[in-house]
Amino acid sequence: MNDIVISARNLTKHYHLGGGLGGAGQIVRAVDGVSLDIHERETFALVGESGCGKTTLGRIMLRLQEPSGGEINYRGQELTTLDEKGMRALRKKLQVVFQDPYASLNPRMRIEQILAEPLRAHGYGSAAEIRERCAALLEMVGLRRQYLRSYPHQFSGGQRQRIGIARALANNPDFVVCDESVSALDVSIQAQVLNLLRDLQDELKLTYFFITHDLSVVRQFADRVGVMFLGRLVEVGTTEEIFSAPKHPYTMFLISAVPRADPHQRSRERPILKGEIPSPMDMPNGCRFHTRCPFAQDICRTEDPEPQTQGTRTVACHFPLEA
Amino acid sequence: MTEKTDNVLSVRDLRTEFRGDRGHVRVLEDISFDVGRGKIVGLVGESGSGKSMTALSLMGLVPKPRGQVTATRMDLDGTDLTRLSQDGLRQLRGRDISMVFQEPMTSLNPVRKVWEQVGEPLAVHQGMKRRAIRARVLEMFEMVGIPDPKARLDAYPHQLSGGLRQRAMIAMGLICEPKLLIADEPTTALDVTTQAQILRLMLDLRDRVGTSIIMITHDLGIIAEMCDEVNVMYAGQIVEQANVFDLFERPSHPYTRGLLASIPKATEKRLSRRMPSIPGMVPNLAKLPGGCRFRPRCGDAMPICMQKDPGLADLGNGHGARCWLHLPHDAHPQGETA
Amino acid sequence: MTVSPDLNVDTVEEIQEASLLRDTMRAFARNRMALLGLVFVALLVFLAIFAPIVSPHDPYRMALDEQFLPPSTTYWLGTDNFGRDVLTRIIYGARISLVVGIVPSLISLIIGTFMGVLSGYIGGKVDFVIMRLADMMIAFPSLLLAMVVMYTLGANLFNIFVALALVGWAGVARVVRSQTLALKEKEFIEAAHANGASRVTIMFRHIFPNVVPTLIVLFSLSIPDAIMWESSLSFLGVGVQPPEASWGLLVSRGKEYLFQAPVVAIAPGVAILLTVLAFNFVGDGLRDALDPSMKD
Repeated sequence: MNDIVISARNLTKHYHLGGGLGGAGQIVRAVDGVSLDIHERETFALVGESGCGKTTLGRIMLRLQEPSGGEINYRGQELTTLDEKGMRALRKKLQVVFQDPYASLNPRMRIEQILAEPLRAHGYGSAAEIRERCAALLEMVGLRRQYLRSYPHQFSGGQRQRIGIARALANNPDFVVCDESVSALDVSIQAQVLNLLRDLQDELKLTYFFITHDLSVVRQFADRVGVMFLGRLVEVGTTEEIFSAPKHPYTMFLISAVPRADPHQRSRERPILKGEIPSPMDMPNGCRFHTRCPFAQDICRTEDPEPQTQGTRTVACHFPLEA
Repeated sequence: MTEKTDNVLSVRDLRTEFRGDRGHVRVLEDISFDVGRGKIVGLVGESGSGKSMTALSLMGLVPKPRGQVTATRMDLDGTDLTRLSQDGLRQLRGRDISMVFQEPMTSLNPVRKVWEQVGEPLAVHQGMKRRAIRARVLEMFEMVGIPDPKARLDAYPHQLSGGLRQRAMIAMGLICEPKLLIADEPTTALDVTTQAQILRLMLDLRDRVGTSIIMITHDLGIIAEMCDEVNVMYAGQIVEQANVFDLFERPSHPYTRGLLASIPKATEKRLSRRMPSIPGMVPNLAKLPGGCRFRPRCGDAMPICMQKDPGLADLGNGHGARCWLHLPHDAHPQGETA
Repeated sequence: MTVSPDLNVDTVEEIQEASLLRDTMRAFARNRMALLGLVFVALLVFLAIFAPIVSPHDPYRMALDEQFLPPSTTYWLGTDNFGRDVLTRIIYGARISLVVGIVPSLISLIIGTFMGVLSGYIGGKVDFVIMRLADMMIAFPSLLLAMVVMYTLGANLFNIFVALALVGWAGVARVVRSQTLALKEKEFIEAAHANGASRVTIMFRHIFPNVVPTLIVLFSLSIPDAIMWESSLSFLGVGVQPPEASWGLLVSRGKEYLFQAPVVAIAPGVAILLTVLAFNFVGDGLRDALDPSMKD
């Protein structure tokens, strides 16, 4: 297909822990062989629980961290072999909106300086042009241009997150990673920011890679979903496919665990996942999920299932659930 | 055991103020609610709504002298909390009311063994011996479903996962068999699947032990799953109070309606590209708008809303909403003020 | 470009033009002890600068017939073993003690900050080399080190600066490095990286401004240290040489006449004490005022 913006093949990120004085140390396989394609102007949501490697995957896709292996192709351009300078030039097009609106803005810089930084880094224009662009960016996210001279601490969390979005959009990017970008916000503010992201996507033809742990947001916001478990993508599909007929048992348990905002639906019979997530330092043999999976058979304990693709759907499971 | 009502806690007109360099800030006003025996009562609201402050006020943990707590009634199963001294309140905490916090990591001391901390209330309130405490902690660990409880007694907090730490915190909260357990966002820091485990544990404990629980959360999903009664808080007030079915079937305050509309639902198909949202943001408590506090964000605002703070309108069956839509008023008041 | 309709409702609170400096000053002014310290320091600086005008006598004029006079209306704090006015000597001593307090602190601050940011941000081998160097400076008995410098290079003001800066930078570098390490993990640094900012830009525009509050506090707290150091060195005879007057020297010379004329040693001692206290109050006040969490 021609509409692929970014495509990852067999990406891995391994961390080496310890092993100082001659010891072998341990290897943490944070991302362990992930392949996926992101299409033009879609919102691809990556969901998973803490420690599953979703944040790391987002970082290595933009080469904010170096992958240990694999390839990343952005519109025909291979990113993993690009040198520092070439990568820096491409950063215009590849952007991030971070999770914590309190930590992602430099507290000692005025809003204008914060917004001007990406413009200056890529030689946007004269001082007056940069200033005008900063004001326009601020208005684009619904804040008044008078606030250019303010500092981050004067804003609420939701407003700061809008400033973070404005910064990411400064150089008209093409692909934006949103890393838990609405997770820290109150519900009523969260809806505002999601709508803003949606409007900006329509207006600026953006492609989102939306990393989150919040399945409710995913259902309402994403076009396609990837479910991550212990460094692997275990299921990929359109949002409706995933939510109405999950095929991987982990996906099913994840969706089942979300509290329903309707007291009539409360049920203690709904299946919940028992036990604890295995440590990524001590990965089980075979399928990584088998230690918690009630459907596990012998083959699951010995053989790691390969992802199987059928149409829009990819599942890595020996015994996918029937709809 | 004479005239005990079926309410474990009864609060009337609770008000908490802070004195600062720039005058008073009233962080809680006109808070009245009851907690029935063996019931789970929710306090739900966004950040700054005063839900955690309500808990601190009940526990006598509002820092003095800057913070002042007053109430016409704060009754914990026959004990008048408004009359207790600092020391009396201290003895109450951990014995009659206990609390479970959001961060299971920071609420445990990293350099002490888990069992010593979980058993601490027994040492403080009942002067129990170490061996007896250890036995009791083991029982509690079994009760809250910590796997391999014997081995976990001597663990340090960092050796337990987030879910297990929160189970240990719940064990600590319940170890003196308190009359009331206050859980302040107990699952916010946990993953969804772990959250589901902890919530189910709390429901089971309520059924088995009959613990009354105040559940503080921002998540209406958790409210719907867990609670019997709900208090929706906004800017330091309870804006709506009802049993959980009434609240979700007939939300009567515009804020509750907006909140229910704007929460993303994992069980429903996306209908439109945009989500319903509440415009504006939570007001600063030091600079509250006159009249109704929700008025600047309210789509149903009327002239009266700007002039007078509404009281809680009685909608029957214990359902109340702090809104002029449900209160008798002059449709076009001419400049009168309260 | 259209704006999301729900953002258009302008309930955004009035935000005034802000200045971090003004907020900090306001917070500082609320701290009474810090303000008192600042007034004292200002007075001291004034006296030191205008010493020739404000001091009642000539600091070097000796009058052997006026030895050890008790405090009087002419000599407010009496006279020393050469008949010189003690008050005048203290005022002139303030010049040297303040310069010795400020200049080497500044030098060690500049070196320490540079080394600390470099060490923390670049990491790896650079970090290793700088930190081992700093460890050596810290592990070595610093008084001994300073004395060695003074003996080998000679006892004069410039060499005091060298000695004190040599001792001082390592501590600064350690503090700045740990701050840099913490800052490096912040999302706004990652954001700058994602925006294509270079390493130099990140170090100067992002890390450095966030270290400045710490530096100001370190500076104000290292001044009393340096004054004490100078006093110790002069007291041991390797610091400022007579007939110059520094407070350390005054105490050191005065101690020989402690029983005949206690004021000669005690008065400069009290001056050191008050100055050190004043700077400490200012430093504490600054630390609180510069903490963004203390502001509303």
